[in-house]
Amino acid sequence: MRSFLKTKTAIALALSVTAGTASADGHGGVEVLHWWTSGGEAAALNVLKDDLESQGIGWTDMPVAGGGGEQAMTVLRARVTAGNAPTAVQGLGFDIIDWAKQGSLANLNDVAAAEGWDDVVPAALQQFAKVDGAWVSAPVNVHSTNWVWANKAVLDANGIAVPETWDDFVAALETLSAAGITPIAHGGQAWQEATVFDAVAMSVLGPDGYKAAFIDLDPEVLGGDGMKEAFDRMGVIRANVDDNFSGRDWNLATAMVINGEAGFQMMGDWAKGEFLNADKVPGEDFLCFRFPGTSEQVTFNADQFMMFDQGGDVSAEQAALASAILSPSFQSAFNVVKGSVPARTDVSDEAFDACGQKGMADLAAAAASDNLFGSMAHGHANEASVKNAMYDVITAHFNGEYDSETAVVELVDAVEIAQ
Amino acid sequence: MSVASQDTAIRTGRVMRTLIYLVLLLFTLFYMLPLYVMVVNSVKPLDEITGGGMMNLPQVFTLEPWAKAWSSAQIGVEPTGLSPYFWNSIKMVVPAVAISTVLGALNGYVLTKWRFRYDTIVFGLILFACFIPFQIVLIPMAKMLGLMGLAGTTWGLVLVHVVYGVGFTTLYFRNYYAVFPTELIRAAQIDGAGFFQIFWRILLPSSGPIAVVSIIWQFTNIWNDFLFGASFAGADSQPMTVALNNLVQASHGVKEYNVHFAGAILAALPTLLVYIVAGRYFVRGLMAGSVKG
Amino acid sequence: MALSANADFKTRLQAWLPKLVLSPSLAMVLVFVYGFILFSVYLSFTDSRLLPSFGWVGWENYSKLWRLSHWETSITNMGIFAALYIGICTVLGLGLAIFLDQKIRGEGFIRTIYLYPMALSFIVTGTAWKWFLDPGIGLENVMQSWGWTSFEFDWIKNRDFAIYTVVLAAVWQTSGFVMAMFLAGLRGIDNEILKAAQMDGASNWNLYRRIIIPQLRPAFLSAFVILSHLAIKTFDLVIALTGGGPGRATELPATFMYSYTFSRNQMGIGAASATIMLMTIAAIMIPYLYAELREKK
Repeated sequence: MRSFLKTKTAIALALSVTAGTASADGHGGVEVLHWWTSGGEAAALNVLKDDLESQGIGWTDMPVAGGGGEQAMTVLRARVTAGNAPTAVQGLGFDIIDWAKQGSLANLNDVAAAEGWDDVVPAALQQFAKVDGAWVSAPVNVHSTNWVWANKAVLDANGIAVPETWDDFVAALETLSAAGITPIAHGGQAWQEATVFDAVAMSVLGPDGYKAAFIDLDPEVLGGDGMKEAFDRMGVIRANVDDNFSGRDWNLATAMVINGEAGFQMMGDWAKGEFLNADKVPGEDFLCFRFPGTSEQVTFNADQFMMFDQGGDVSAEQAALASAILSPSFQSAFNVVKGSVPARTDVSDEAFDACGQKGMADLAAAAASDNLFGSMAHGHANEASVKNAMYDVITAHFNGEYDSETAVVELVDAVEIAQ
Repeated sequence: MSVASQDTAIRTGRVMRTLIYLVLLLFTLFYMLPLYVMVVNSVKPLDEITGGGMMNLPQVFTLEPWAKAWSSAQIGVEPTGLSPYFWNSIKMVVPAVAISTVLGALNGYVLTKWRFRYDTIVFGLILFACFIPFQIVLIPMAKMLGLMGLAGTTWGLVLVHVVYGVGFTTLYFRNYYAVFPTELIRAAQIDGAGFFQIFWRILLPSSGPIAVVSIIWQFTNIWNDFLFGASFAGADSQPMTVALNNLVQASHGVKEYNVHFAGAILAALPTLLVYIVAGRYFVRGLMAGSVKG
Repeated sequence: MALSANADFKTRLQAWLPKLVLSPSLAMVLVFVYGFILFSVYLSFTDSRLLPSFGWVGWENYSKLWRLSHWETSITNMGIFAALYIGICTVLGLGLAIFLDQKIRGEGFIRTIYLYPMALSFIVTGTAWKWFLDPGIGLENVMQSWGWTSFEFDWIKNRDFAIYTVVLAAVWQTSGFVMAMFLAGLRGIDNEILKAAQMDGASNWNLYRRIIIPQLRPAFLSAFVILSHLAIKTFDLVIALTGGGPGRATELPATFMYSYTFSRNQMGIGAASATIMLMTIAAIMIPYLYAELREKK
């Protein structure tokens, strides 16, 4: 009975949020563990905080940055082990599923049903927010990772059009190389190499092959000729980065494109923020397009907030937070800043720039045509152990430790050990 | 500088001396190098850094990054700068250093002046504890803190740092007290002085130098610890290193390297201060004991 | 009666007091160190992934561990790193201490400069080193812009040499501390013996080799304990300087352990690697400590 009442309050509260009326006496608050500490992200998150505070719900901030969330996940493990889990935790892909399987997450189905999340969140994304039929986390955004960023002036000066195919792309690289410009700006860190590999593999294997290799882990495909071809293409890319790529942060690579030292960078949509910060205009100063051969597909990763079970049902504060996260106004405001696109497909694209609008259109189209896939490089295709095992091979190959043939064999082997 | 004026019997020729000064100067440059990079870049506007001149002196001098790192940089959702975390660190470091030093002193006293069967084994056990990799203690420690109700508190962190620091403080004090004349203690015992009286009146007054060593070591390690601070602190007790990490490691977005370096120097100031103030006693402390059998 | 019982209690208390005082520390160490080590050893035989779980899998984690080329890399790196780091720090520390012991003007100042790196956390000095070693913006670039165009220093970007840059930064951090320990040892040596030996016409070289350095034995012990402890725990430095790269070329057991336990959700393999590390440390340290501690009786 009590739990029923609690649920009722939760829904009432959730509804009152969407209606925009500040109500509820919020006796408790939320403690939020996250790694969004850079200026723009934190400012965007502050919008959420203010929203909750206007409803009388306190926000206890628990930021732990580092390693794209790895550090925060370590902290989370310590907190859960100590029996002291935060109310809400930023989470990615398979981490969410893992925690749900541990039985640590709260069930958000009441809020989700009241607000109709099932209809507005793409199915591919729901796989990571809904475990065994229960909504356990609130998606904030969708990043897509198969973007290429280019300096328009450099491309124009060398007579390069936006490459449509791999061969076009190789020709463009050769032109830039001959002109003495670094063709590809790249940061030599395992996750960046995997991000590039994601796109390359998608272009070689196609959507079915991508799914078979990275999501179903089919050893035939992982060790097949297509995969070898993908590694060969990575070799071509390796030959077109500067000597100094190793260990470089991704944003410094982006800066090379901004400054015209390099022509292209393969990176997720967060790179856009760097261009905008340098006062560059999409379409005029820089171009964003899908990696050649993947124009129909979108590989994505999505930031979400997992709601941790605080004993029994989802708390009123958690419901309010989840509801606020999914509200179209927050989705728009946050994603305009972050460079990503909203996690719900019914948000107006008015506030977004050209690249953002293209991203939203691409996402909707890919979702409709079954071309939306979780990104292997960003933990949305398989669990952390498999993801990292793939990183090991991809980065070893990129750094010249393996040739393509060895890499394919090692990939099959590494994935087997990791499972 | 009584340490510096210590007399050596070794005599060296002029050529040799010049050479020695040269080598010492060379290493001074080597040790200063990263600090130079940090300081120089902390007083430059960001565009000078990203423009490529990371090793150059600033063309435009600015203290803006310092102010920003201290009071307005984005650490979490609110732009608080590092200042609030500074006090969290102090509140954790001071008790942790004090407790572990006192425990180390008492342990050293017992292990050298009240010897018992197997005392060497006990010392060995405590000493070997220094080698435990922190990565493996994280999960069981979290469980223990949870059971003790200390999870997410400053006292929980203090406990953790005392536990993993006591091996070192015991090592320092044991080696120091080992050379302390045992006759004095026997004499005091005959006069009827008790366990704590002897410690308080005879050993403690001459423990200054080694206490400095122990404090410097513990202060540095605890102040700079990140893993425990991040894992076991609550939202209101996160130490400075966690904040610095949040500042430096911000995932997506513009990296303000000048602010990062300013923040790093700010975060290191207390330890630097301890080294500069207590440094002169440091060698004396090591000399008086910790490296003597 | 009460009085004698009381007195009796007091003597007994006095007799027990030392052990009583020692017991909290010992208890803490037994639970939080040895208890946790046993727990970790146990985990290495289980199917733990995200969190500890207790399904027994026997030696499976160990056999998987030895199939990982990644683990071999980190073991090899540990060997290179520990040998060079401990060796160079000891030699450099001793050398600088001897030099600084020659009535040097401004000794206090120089000493502070040598010592300060120990005070800084690698979270950011790592970045400073990374920049300095980066051929594009650091030393190589500066040398070339000064006209020495053939100067090359790209170790940090080179798979085979990157581990040496980790050694360099680590030596930078601790060699000053080791220097201080040796300096203290030198200052503790009785000058009368030296003067007597000088009378007998011993050269400086012989003085150091025959008399002074052998007397520094306790300082060598402390230095070895502290350096090996730091070598094993080297973690922040690798993360900040190279992130384990290029590729996985600078991975060390500490980063391996962390990555498998926490980033890769393969806690069982992480625990297996920790167990092997601890066994190795024990195999090296126990005989050494035994020999050093026994001798003093």
